[in-house]
Amino acid sequence: MWARWWQSDGFWLFRRSPAAILAALVAVLILGGALLAPWLAPSNPYDLRTFDLMDGLLPPLWQGGDARFLLGTDDQGRDMVSAILYGARLSLLIGFSAMAIASVLGVSLGVAAGYWGGRFDAVVMRIADVQLALPAILTALLIDGIARGLLPRELHDDLRIPVLILAIALSLWVNFARTARASTFVERRKDYVEAAIIMGQHPLRIMARHILPNILGPLLVIMTVDLAAAILLEATLSFLGIGLPADSPSLGTLIRIGMQFLLSGEWWILWIPTLFLVALVVSINLIGDFLREVFNPRLR
Amino acid sequence: MLVVENLTVEFPGRHGVFTAVEGISMTVAPGEIHGLVGESGAGKSTIGAAVIGLLQPPGRIASGSLRLGETDLRALTPEQAHRIRGKRISMIFQDPQTSLNPLMTIEDQLIETILAHEDIGTQAARARAIALLEEIGIENAAARIGAYPHQFSGGMRQRVVIALALCTNPELIIADEPTTALDVAVQSQVLELLRRLADTRGIGFILITHDIGVIAEITDRVTVLRGGRVMEAGATAQVLGAPTHPYTRALMAAVPRLDRKLERFLLPAVEGDAPDLPEAVDEAEYAANWLLSGLRHASSGPALEIAGLSVRFKGTRTSLFHAPEPFAALSDIALSVKPGTVLGVVGESGSGKSTLARAIVGLVNPAAGAMRFAGEGLPYGRVRARSHPVRRAIQMVFQDPYSSLNSRHRIGEILAEPLKLYGIERDPAQRRRLAGAMLALVGLAPDAIDRYPHQFSGGQRQRIAVARALLARPSFLICDEPTSALDVSIQAQVLNLLKDLQARFGLTILFISHNLAVVRQMADDIVVLKAGRIVEAGPSEAFFAAPQHPYSVELLSLTPSLALLDGAA
Repeated sequence: MWARWWQSDGFWLFRRSPAAILAALVAVLILGGALLAPWLAPSNPYDLRTFDLMDGLLPPLWQGGDARFLLGTDDQGRDMVSAILYGARLSLLIGFSAMAIASVLGVSLGVAAGYWGGRFDAVVMRIADVQLALPAILTALLIDGIARGLLPRELHDDLRIPVLILAIALSLWVNFARTARASTFVERRKDYVEAAIIMGQHPLRIMARHILPNILGPLLVIMTVDLAAAILLEATLSFLGIGLPADSPSLGTLIRIGMQFLLSGEWWILWIPTLFLVALVVSINLIGDFLREVFNPRLR
Repeated sequence: MLVVENLTVEFPGRHGVFTAVEGISMTVAPGEIHGLVGESGAGKSTIGAAVIGLLQPPGRIASGSLRLGETDLRALTPEQAHRIRGKRISMIFQDPQTSLNPLMTIEDQLIETILAHEDIGTQAARARAIALLEEIGIENAAARIGAYPHQFSGGMRQRVVIALALCTNPELIIADEPTTALDVAVQSQVLELLRRLADTRGIGFILITHDIGVIAEITDRVTVLRGGRVMEAGATAQVLGAPTHPYTRALMAAVPRLDRKLERFLLPAVEGDAPDLPEAVDEAEYAANWLLSGLRHASSGPALEIAGLSVRFKGTRTSLFHAPEPFAALSDIALSVKPGTVLGVVGESGSGKSTLARAIVGLVNPAAGAMRFAGEGLPYGRVRARSHPVRRAIQMVFQDPYSSLNSRHRIGEILAEPLKLYGIERDPAQRRRLAGAMLALVGLAPDAIDRYPHQFSGGQRQRIAVARALLARPSFLICDEPTSALDVSIQAQVLNLLKDLQARFGLTILFISHNLAVVRQMADDIVVLKAGRIVEAGPSEAFFAAPQHPYSVELLSLTPSLALLDGAA
């Protein structure tokens, strides 16, 4: 199994692409750090009792900070390393969940639209067009507003993360639907699908077992690129204050907090989470580019 | 004029260096058409690309010399090579649909090419372009030159491509499968044009083709290639008339003959097929018995009967307010197929052959007409239930074996699908056993079952497709151009297989092809379609002996044939 994987064309290309290796390394490090945050982080940034205001605004270690705080602290005395690790954990959780919901929703609608065509296709794609015309922020505000109206206040605070995930998923599913529809349109006319239709196989089975595996390549690329987009979107929403509150900081929230210190000399509070976010998003996008190359037979 | 000596072309790749052609020597004299013939992978196109200097990277000329007149083609700088391309060597590609820019008029494309190589005014270039179009047989060229490529038919387009190649007065033209995408009538016109240009202008041609009929029609000399090496070379009449190399002989034997029907083709040995192990023979026997045990004895009436069948497609909308005129793909088709016989359906592209097949299997909905299968009415596609028994009884083999098998499924899964779907066999182990046995029956090695389609050649895939069709235990097989994507020797194998299966299991087959010679080998009866109508129908032997309709006569006379060479053989 491992030998076959090592021999495969995809891995061969991977070994030859320094950018992909570097990106994968960064992504794995960040992902590992985020997953293991409760064990790796020196302190728990959600636990206000562990902060000490006396430790506030300490610079990173190499600028003469405290040995306990590698990357310094913010004004509350919160350790930046812990805040970033926990923040990335939250950002990735939201990003992955939103991407998963968006891909399931988008791919099923897209494949069905491409397969059946006609009126169903027209309806789905017009909904997609409308969705695309709504900025993600507006979608998020809308869902947030609906949730606020429907749910009791204490429940609403608990549900901020699901609401955020849903809002991001709703603004990303269109990408999946369009790509899946276009690829299905091509596959639909191939003989192997017609053979299955002639045999009298169930349409849902044809879509799931025959068409889906054949269009997975481009969809996988979209998944990575949209994962990066979802993380960025979460950061944007949190930065604008629509997303997560300051006491459960994601990367976007950390950047928003850092903004206040931009001009007062405490640069690390803004710049370190920002650079971290950039590294994460760029490495995921590079992996997406690499996958695009692997799945494009013409580039081989 | 062109002298190639000891040419070797290599493609370095991940799995070592692949030698595409090795030690090729050939010459082309002015006014001579030199044919390069061979099956896919023989290196024909690689030689053409090496001569014109357009080898796909990472391909490279490893050794040998290429000289055009006094010029050493290998010593040129990229700059010089670019100037020679087009000016002294031109190229004609296979597909006229893609070798012209659809967004530019013919005029612009011709003038652009002329101006790129010569320092003359636009007016002079335009006059030259019109003269060229007239020379290659486009009537009323001055008026039509402003048209876009899509406004020309396929044959006209290929003429324009030839005009593009000609417009700089090259010494040598490389034609890579110039007629493969064309119908026979158009093909013969284009070939005639090439011959005329060689004779009147003294241009040397390298004609690359897989079709020995084309070689026999117009080439002066021929080089037979296999696996990148020259098998045999010489004057065409001599090589084809009295082939000395066994491969040439096998290749000639595999070409379906228009003038006679063969019981079986002789085959050149092909690697990768199942050896005749006793085990494989047993398995094949098992599959054969399974098929025979499921045969229902056909009733005496016709297996398939079609009356008054018409299929219309929506036309293209030209006005917002008027519904578009429907396009009649098939009109008033009536035919009947006797059980246990093969009905050949022939016609040019666009004649409705495939539409007929698609109407029978229910992929398109007829506008009118009645179909009866084994005496029972056959519902139209849209209202035919998924569980209708006919979906099992009629199976189809498609033209393109590269797209008819799902590339993400293993062969075993592909073959087990009909068994599972039609509830023929419930036990997975037994399904696997039958799938393996059926592979043996169609002549593939048993380990094929765990592999994926891309690991097989076109001919092997087509045999897998046949195996899949057979596993439904059909009584009726529709073969839509089953061999036109295949090399001749592979085509011969697949035709042999179909003949054997038909004889052994009494299958009824509807065999669709544009190639009259292939149909002659297969069919008991024949139907000729033209523009959606049947122009002639009757027993096959009588048809080939004395075709009645003028269209059939024309079609037969235009098909390239090897009959000319029989005297010498």
